[in-house]
Amino acid sequence: MADRVRVQADAFDMGAELNTFADSVQGAGAVVSFSGITRDLADGGLAVMEIEHYPGMTEKALTAIRSEAITRFGLIDAMILHRFGPLAPSDPIMMVATAAPHRADAFQAAEFLMDYLKSRAPFWKKEVTASGEAWVASKDEDEDALGRWSQQS
Amino acid sequence: MKLDILYFAWLRERVGTAQEQVETDAATVADLVAELRTRDDGYAYAFSDMGAIRAAVDQELVDGDAPLSGAREVAFFPPMTGG
Repeated sequence: MADRVRVQADAFDMGAELNTFADSVQGAGAVVSFSGITRDLADGGLAVMEIEHYPGMTEKALTAIRSEAITRFGLIDAMILHRFGPLAPSDPIMMVATAAPHRADAFQAAEFLMDYLKSRAPFWKKEVTASGEAWVASKDEDEDALGRWSQQS
Repeated sequence: MKLDILYFAWLRERVGTAQEQVETDAATVADLVAELRTRDDGYAYAFSDMGAIRAAVDQELVDGDAPLSGAREVAFFPPMTGG
């Protein structure tokens, strides 16, 4: 379903999104969601977080990751929503939601989606402060987080 | 062959363009990088650390030895930081 993967500049209401998702899934016993929030810097100096992405590839990558999660964890449904453009501290950046008959699969699938999204979906973050701007470096731990899924299969 | 090349994040800033079309005979992604690197200082700087660069051919992530025959679009970018 096309609207299960959304890449948008607009803000979203995570509560409303989750309610719509939960209302639409038939036969689920568990719905799990994760929301990413724009984190301020330790000194509170973040002015803007700019998110760049690769239009076209982003949607393809997210669609593929969603399908993989549905197959792997026997999900009833899953959704991925990710914003791009300038974001302010505490703005929601993205969310995923999963629906399954039982909670273990829904929880695991949400983590799987996040691990893949972190280092396989073409998004890049830049932090802008009063004193300049810097691209956010990728974390080795995000790469490591992918490893556990291949070992489990 | 003609290829559309896209650059993202700091690679885009270092080469100074987001997209360009090039005429090339490069057989692989690595060959294309070697070619681009010789263009000017900005390209040389952008491609100085290949460990910090990812590539996609026609919007699929690939390694440096990926062939370019039949490709239309190649993208270069740093490791992704979504989520």
